[in-house]
Amino acid sequence: MLFIYPSLCPTVRPTMPQVPEISMALLPFINNYTHLQCKMRFLLLFSRQGKLRLQKWFTPIPEREKKKITRDMTTMVLARKPRSCNFLHWKDLKIVYKRYASLYFCCGLDAEENELLALEMLHRYVELLDKYFGNVCELDIIFNFEKAYFILDEFLLGGEVQETSKLVVARSVEASDMLQETMEEYMSKPAF
Amino acid sequence: FPKGRSSSLMIRVIRGARTQGEERGVIQRECAAIRAQFRQADNGTRSHNLAKLLYVHMLGYPAHFGQMECVRLIASPRYNEKRVGYLGAMMLLDEKQDASLLITNSIKNDLSHSSQYVQSLALCTLGCMGSAEMCRDLAPEIDRLLRASNSYIKKKAALCAVHIVRKVPELGELFTPASRSLLSEKNHGVLHGAVVLITELCERNPETLEQFRKAVPELVQIMKGLVMSGYSPEHNVAGISDPFLQVRILRLLRILGRNNETASDAVNDLLAQVATNTDSSKTAGSAVLYETVLTVMDIKSESGLRVLAVNILGRFLLNNDRNIRYISMTSLQKIVQTDHNAVQRHRGTIVDCLKDQDASVKRRALELSLALVSAVNIRSLMKELLLFLSSCPPELRAHTTSGIFNAAERYAPSQRWHIDTILHVLTTAGGDVRDETVPNLIQLITTATELHCYTVHKLYRALIADISVQSLVQVACWCIGEYGDLLLRGECEETEPVQVAEDDVLDALETVLQSHMSSPATRGFALTATMKLSTRITHNVDRIRSIVSIYGSCIDVELQQRAVEYNALFKKYDHMRAAVLERMPVIDKSSPGHTNGESAGGSIKEMEPTKRTQEVFSYLDMKYRLDAPLDHVTRPGKTLGPNYRLFMTFVSHSHPPQSVQLQMKAPSGDVIPAHGLGQVTQTVLLNNPNKVSLKMRVRVCYTSQDFVCQDTVQIDSFPSPAW
Repeated sequence: MLFIYPSLCPTVRPTMPQVPEISMALLPFINNYTHLQCKMRFLLLFSRQGKLRLQKWFTPIPEREKKKITRDMTTMVLARKPRSCNFLHWKDLKIVYKRYASLYFCCGLDAEENELLALEMLHRYVELLDKYFGNVCELDIIFNFEKAYFILDEFLLGGEVQETSKLVVARSVEASDMLQETMEEYMSKPAF
Repeated sequence: FPKGRSSSLMIRVIRGARTQGEERGVIQRECAAIRAQFRQADNGTRSHNLAKLLYVHMLGYPAHFGQMECVRLIASPRYNEKRVGYLGAMMLLDEKQDASLLITNSIKNDLSHSSQYVQSLALCTLGCMGSAEMCRDLAPEIDRLLRASNSYIKKKAALCAVHIVRKVPELGELFTPASRSLLSEKNHGVLHGAVVLITELCERNPETLEQFRKAVPELVQIMKGLVMSGYSPEHNVAGISDPFLQVRILRLLRILGRNNETASDAVNDLLAQVATNTDSSKTAGSAVLYETVLTVMDIKSESGLRVLAVNILGRFLLNNDRNIRYISMTSLQKIVQTDHNAVQRHRGTIVDCLKDQDASVKRRALELSLALVSAVNIRSLMKELLLFLSSCPPELRAHTTSGIFNAAERYAPSQRWHIDTILHVLTTAGGDVRDETVPNLIQLITTATELHCYTVHKLYRALIADISVQSLVQVACWCIGEYGDLLLRGECEETEPVQVAEDDVLDALETVLQSHMSSPATRGFALTATMKLSTRITHNVDRIRSIVSIYGSCIDVELQQRAVEYNALFKKYDHMRAAVLERMPVIDKSSPGHTNGESAGGSIKEMEPTKRTQEVFSYLDMKYRLDAPLDHVTRPGKTLGPNYRLFMTFVSHSHPPQSVQLQMKAPSGDVIPAHGLGQVTQTVLLNNPNKVSLKMRVRVCYTSQDFVCQDTVQIDSFPSPAW
């Protein structure tokens, strides 16, 4: 009769240490020759109830994936406490968000990006909207969403800032609007 | 035809819907109307209808039937229709859709349109969603626009080129010459685009990088101009002149200066200037300073500049703005290994950030604090970490405990401090520790031989206070089982001794056994500890006997098995009980992957981390009791009387080193007849892959003429094939 008191479990493996989310910070400065992705991946605007008011995607992503990302962003950002830091980690991206009145402005960035500058970028966009609409509020963005996109398209291109002067952006949007109105007016005149 | 914004009306109607179902109904009707309108001939409403459809799409409803309409509208000569068409294309199409190919031609035409606003639409769309094919097709056109157009178009063409290079890297060569000349532009938009484009080109092609190193002086000049210039209202943000451009230039200088002495040298002065002259009271300035710090740390900077950079980060730590504190810590984390001493200087502030309200900041502070632990600061830093643990957010607890254990293991100033620290963690956050903590702590305790009395006292006190934390309870039970005699002696040098009776100790263990808070593994510990006490107490052995006997019919199979075996130990093998249950030897730390079951493990078996198998029970396992003799037992000169029952206990005092594995085969019998008239043999298989020299000590317990005897044999030399 053999008395052995080993545990009844089979061969033991050491536990894999859980990779904490924080390990992102330990990325060394690597020479990014193979860095193919866009620096800013997306920009989303959503309300406190999680309703999407604007979405700009800078990389090709299937529709289903976009919906999932949007859901994740709204869930994560809306769960943040009021005086929290404006930076989050999500998968391998940095998420920068800021709340302006009833709207959350949220962008997803590559790990190497400057978060403080991204905050400035979001702020600049809000200023441009404010200048255009005059004391902009969420309703303006809802009812004039194409304008919001047109302004964005004069400020960013391919995920990068294209114009750093508020004045120039405002003038370009104004001029485009003029062209549009002229065209619409022309089209509404009865043909002779 | 309809004037004004019919889409506003539709939006109002949709928002008026009170339920999801109602909204769906409205949307369905609207979409049907839109579809019908699309099918009609051009009636001037197409852009409005597409706009409506885009709104519906943003709410999450399908809108793919609008894709062809986008294509049509883009081809329209009317600006308002093109505008919405291109917007629609960017929202509904991507390069994976076939329809996107159809707009290539329109884009091509629009790139040379007489109106710059139409050109702008095409550039924007190409830069947003251009496929590799479209990019190849239109790259020469973009290059042309980079050279000969107004600044409004040039800046867009530059970013379009960036997109093209990301999609089709080989085309980078095409844009290199034009991008070089763009650096002499004065317009900030164009300059910014040029810097972004050059950055992209350099990141992808080492030769291009080499080329652009020659542009470093020019970039330095531009940057100096921005930093030292007077107030420029157009580009000013909180006192900083065009922070967007400044950051991009700094980033480009970083890439150019990396691993290159000359380029780095040329930039040192500028970086010092920026670091000193930039006002960091607002985010814009901090963004520039942050990029400066990153650049300093990444190129070959003078040490003075590096210290300046770390000090900037240190100042950031004191900033009121939480974001800036957070950034500072992520940066410090990146350099804590390379510039350890510089970062240590800011340890106090970092540790203060452990108390920050924000979870992200706390997390960073924790990570940095753990990285800053050293032999010098271990005592004070551990105090802070333990304080942090008592109030830290739940999602950080596991990481904190494992960080604390690692730090304690590396830098413990004394064994007592080490044990105290682990016990503190178990008391505060015992539910969040990793499973190996229990065997590791036990191993530590066994090695601290002078502290056994102290340890068992501490653990006993912890156990009678609270039995809910399983890890703590398991270690406490093990200790009490092992060192219970020290507890009962009533004296202790290191701490206030307890005055307990045997019953009190047994009560404590029984409480654990019976509590529904105790996990099955914990109960196993308690039972074994109770059993072990049978050789360490004097009066209450019967109580232990009855406990053990009761659990022989326990519904938990594991406990039942143990109880049955312990029962047998009391009954049939009582003479061996003392030997089997005696004090454990000091345990070596074992390596993982040690197999158990058949092999005799002299050291700790790393357990598979399931609650069920957290069995320190295996320390008992080292004592195998086998009903088998070994041939060497009959030594010359010693004869055994008639009819011996022979038992052999393999005792692990000289436990085999980790690499050796032992397998005992079944013995050939269990009685050795008298007068050497027979023998019993047993084969022991030894696997000794590392060929370590072997010794085995064998203790033989046998009954001879109703006397219990015990003999120890040491086997020092093994036949040479063994090693």
